[in-house]
Amino acid sequence: MTVPAIAVEQLVKIYQRGTAVDGISFALPVGSITGLLGGNGAGKTTTIAMIMGLLTPTSGAVRVLGADMSSQRYRVLHRMNFESPYVEMPMRLTVRQNLTIFGRLYGVAGLADRIAALAEELDLMDLLDRPGGKLSSGQKTRVSLAKALINRPEVLLLDEPTASLDPDTADWVRASLERYRSARGATILLASHNMSEVERLCERVIIMKKGRIEDDGTPAALLARYGRQTLEEVFLDVARGRTGIQVAP
Amino acid sequence: MSQGPVMDAGEDHAISWRRIAAMIERYWYLLRSSWPRLLELIYWPAVQMMMWGFLQLYIGQNAGYFARAGGTFIGAVLLWDILFRGQLGFSVSFLEEMWSRNLANLMMSPLKPIEFVLAMMAMSIVRLLIGMIPVSLLALGFFGFNLYGMGLALAAFFLNLILTSWAVGIFVSGVIMRNGLGAENLAWTIMFLLMPLTCVYYPVAVLPPWLQMVAWSLPPTYVFEGMRALLIDHVFRADLMVQAFFMNLVLFGAGVAGFLLLLRSARRHGSLMQMGE
Repeated sequence: MTVPAIAVEQLVKIYQRGTAVDGISFALPVGSITGLLGGNGAGKTTTIAMIMGLLTPTSGAVRVLGADMSSQRYRVLHRMNFESPYVEMPMRLTVRQNLTIFGRLYGVAGLADRIAALAEELDLMDLLDRPGGKLSSGQKTRVSLAKALINRPEVLLLDEPTASLDPDTADWVRASLERYRSARGATILLASHNMSEVERLCERVIIMKKGRIEDDGTPAALLARYGRQTLEEVFLDVARGRTGIQVAP
Repeated sequence: MSQGPVMDAGEDHAISWRRIAAMIERYWYLLRSSWPRLLELIYWPAVQMMMWGFLQLYIGQNAGYFARAGGTFIGAVLLWDILFRGQLGFSVSFLEEMWSRNLANLMMSPLKPIEFVLAMMAMSIVRLLIGMIPVSLLALGFFGFNLYGMGLALAAFFLNLILTSWAVGIFVSGVIMRNGLGAENLAWTIMFLLMPLTCVYYPVAVLPPWLQMVAWSLPPTYVFEGMRALLIDHVFRADLMVQAFFMNLVLFGAGVAGFLLLLRSARRHGSLMQMGE
């Protein structure tokens, strides 16, 4: 049996202020791209943080590439990476310096060539020697993406990767992710509010609400189940408590 | 697509000097990218040293004891800076990650907490040397006080003071990591709590007996007493240095243990996320 790239089993996270994630389970096969959909406070970021090992679950388990993230995370961290507009890099360092440091942390061989290839791929050539603090938000996102791809991760976690980007830049980022996934065969888990993004990129969608998985399926299956034309309508149905129309498989 | 990155052997438990060097390089880039920060490393220790140096000059011309105790104030101010700037150098490196909201990037990279700590220890020495060397030369030029004339004693003083500064710096960084930037002031002020208790500028005998017990429970007290013994009586008190060293080992171990416990707590409470939701 093939080991899933990410396996989440009965994951629970309880804070003093309440339950953020409430007993969710899913498994993502190697090479898949999955969207984690949900409104604010649905538990998407908390789930991703637990998968990365940044947050300790109250109970349950997370395995990435077969490693238990509570006890074996250093076996696989070099095979993963992540990108979020909410996590930044030192602004006084140039893009090249930032990428060099992360490349060394991840043990990337042929680092100069790798940075050059990423700069080419993500259109960063003119930005390489510019300080991170002097970039626009779109440029920062591309740099963050370069950092996330520096080690050619087998598992890529993305938390709202196109938040606050203009439609052109957002489309450009999505195209880069599609190219990377098809070239590397990477597994991507993407948390997003953006329905069109999820619809375009993801072959499977997990919808979360109040820390629980409300629905899970391919975009086509979800549209059929709810009798809707777009995932946005499905999302609104779930957010407002309208249940899906069950259809025969 | 080409193959993935080449990894160190024994990735799971081994400390990677490559990653530590990468972090030192990163802090060095940060330091040299800001000339006001570089200047700040020298400016305040220089002002302090000059003030205490001239004060000592004045008192020494008017009191026999202080005429004998040549350089104790300047020596104290320079050694105090090793303690204070050593801790600050450590904590500021950590704060750089908090200020730039970069901690999550590091904590989900293969960088291990012990490697992170070792890099910050190395960087605290770099920052300290940038400040101390010019200021010690100023002390020589203005007051004829040769810090390096202390010889091996200086090495013993330095070792003990830097160990204390790291122990405190590690623990304070853990507190900031756990509680966020609301606890940042601790990094700038905690050492001043030790200043009166470690008897930087006066002998322990000046303190009331119950406070003397507190003072002798702090390793820097042994260093400052040792410095006065060296400068006034021309005696190197190796016994004081050995006692301070063993106390420092305990303190350093406690600092590291505290940091790891606070890291575990930060992982439980979500303090490392610093992002969204």
